[in-house]
Amino acid sequence: MIVADKKPIEEIIETTRNFKRLLILGCNECVTVCEAGGKKEVGILASALRMNALNQGREVKIDEITLERQCDHEYLEEIRNVVDQYDGILSIACGVGVQFTAEKYQATPVLPGVNTKFMGATEKRGLWVERCQGCGQCILATTGGICPVSRCAKRLFNGPCGGSSNGKCEISKEVDCAWQLIIDRMKALGTLEDYEKLSPIKDWSTDRAGGPRKVVREDVQL
Amino acid sequence: MTVKTPSKLEKILAAGHLAVTSECGPPRGSDPEGITRKAEMIKDHVDAINITDNQTSMTRMCSLAACIRLKLMGLEPVLQMVTRDRNRLALQSDILGAASFDIHNIICLSGDHNSFGDCAKGQNVHDLDSLQLVQTVRYMRDEGKFLGGDEIKRPPEMFVGAAANPFADPFEIRVPRLAKKIAAGAEFIQTQCIYNLDKFEEWMKLACDRGLTEKVYILAGMTPMKSAGMARYMKNRVPGMDVPDELVKRLADTPKEKQAEEGITICVEAIQRLKEVKGVAGFHVMAIEWEEKVPEIIERAGLYPRPKVV
Amino acid sequence: MRLNYPTNVKIIRVPCTGKVDTIHILRAFEKGADGVCVIGCMEGDCHYNSGNFRARKRVEQVSHLLEQIGIGGERVKMFNLSSGEGPRFAQYAVEMTERVTALGPNPIKLARKRAAA
Repeated sequence: MIVADKKPIEEIIETTRNFKRLLILGCNECVTVCEAGGKKEVGILASALRMNALNQGREVKIDEITLERQCDHEYLEEIRNVVDQYDGILSIACGVGVQFTAEKYQATPVLPGVNTKFMGATEKRGLWVERCQGCGQCILATTGGICPVSRCAKRLFNGPCGGSSNGKCEISKEVDCAWQLIIDRMKALGTLEDYEKLSPIKDWSTDRAGGPRKVVREDVQL
Repeated sequence: MTVKTPSKLEKILAAGHLAVTSECGPPRGSDPEGITRKAEMIKDHVDAINITDNQTSMTRMCSLAACIRLKLMGLEPVLQMVTRDRNRLALQSDILGAASFDIHNIICLSGDHNSFGDCAKGQNVHDLDSLQLVQTVRYMRDEGKFLGGDEIKRPPEMFVGAAANPFADPFEIRVPRLAKKIAAGAEFIQTQCIYNLDKFEEWMKLACDRGLTEKVYILAGMTPMKSAGMARYMKNRVPGMDVPDELVKRLADTPKEKQAEEGITICVEAIQRLKEVKGVAGFHVMAIEWEEKVPEIIERAGLYPRPKVV
Repeated sequence: MRLNYPTNVKIIRVPCTGKVDTIHILRAFEKGADGVCVIGCMEGDCHYNSGNFRARKRVEQVSHLLEQIGIGGERVKMFNLSSGEGPRFAQYAVEMTERVTALGPNPIKLARKRAAA
């Protein structure tokens, strides 16, 4: 899923300071799972911002709505009738949701309330880890299911580098060396002889380097 | 192994001599004297001089410019290129720039992660990795083409090298990794500095058994210790470094004012021992900020004068 | 036991402090509470295993948030005791009251009064 983290409240207070009627818009999917932008977080943020405003002698109306997703038109349409009641929306969905909401409701400022970080998984509650950077050309079949693009700090295709130490990356003891993981997995799978195969030069045109991307599926378009 | 380029280093190795290379780090400024002064100190004692490329991710004068400076002094540079800072366009472009000055040696590395240096907030590139860069240089040289497929006018004639670290983890793939670098096209290898001679000899033996030492020239990396403190630091704080306890002890047991001298002696002894190891084709002496000691090390190790080749 | 404890302590009973969520504590302050204490079982003795650990984390979260919005993180606190310890409950109630009194009333109350005026 897309993993995001809450923005510091000082930053949110600063960016929403001029709004008198604020809608906090949450999302029921990824940001709910990583406990950054779901219904609970909407409630907490609303309460905190209300108290903050009162404390500063400001009058603010803060409402709370959580949509199923903010990345699909039909869910965003659900607020069409109420959007005029607000002079600003604080979307605590991922960056996709913030943008899609802003595109749909052009007359209302839409601000982000979380920092979108990466595509990752829940290793355990309270710990989310990066696993994919969307390079557009998945090579996991050749690396035992471990991605060198997202898990190697230098995205080496023929690693490890000389800085790998005790299975950890040179940048930090808390970061696993992706290539140690790949080698261990190849050993477990009995495919270690594949290690010597040279991985070809990557075509990064399917990554961000090629420009903003889209996926078109004519077979499902009407 | 036949000679494929005008590289003086290649010729010395092909002739069967033990080659000697050393390293200069460019200055963190634009004064060429930062290079010329160091080069002057070592030029008669080495066959070629590596110029590091933004080492430890600290911004420095670029390796290419410093190599050109050496070339203008009539010396033999080894252009070090890391893949951290440049994409494939810039890498190929710089290779052509080097070739235009008849720089004939290149060594391809990944580079330390940029978080270690002064640009921790910057992007790192890694468009290619070090092995893919080796492949690229060989392709440009042997096929005379850019990666994109077009012809290169006056292709680079470069002797291509890569680095190896017999002491990094995991040990079991260190020789397969060497094989991989050779398969990618590496013609010479400079290793990380060696202190654990037993382990190095073990690695060399495994490499020999696989026939790898007949396909590539391996230059053993040597860095003299300045003090027991340095030995301890390198043992504990530098990843991929294997410093045996006996070495630290030997320095620690030496009185402080004599430790530097002892460090040089240890280095010389190591060179003398490794000269006898099958497959060792030469030495890469890295005496960073201690370049003035290189002549002494080379002379005491019996590697002076350097052979002349046409 | 019929022990005395301050009259300004309003008790809300929950089956386990694990049921107390962050928003409940925040709403109490929004509605004008001067202080909130969450009183749970001794750590390790929770009838539901880890409810009181969750409560502690939530109390810490609220405390941090209250500090950042200028209400004061000292107004919320977690206490642990066993259900048979009547005197200790009274002691904690007194401690909390003294603590909150020293901090003064919830600034929200004052702000509301000013806004209404």
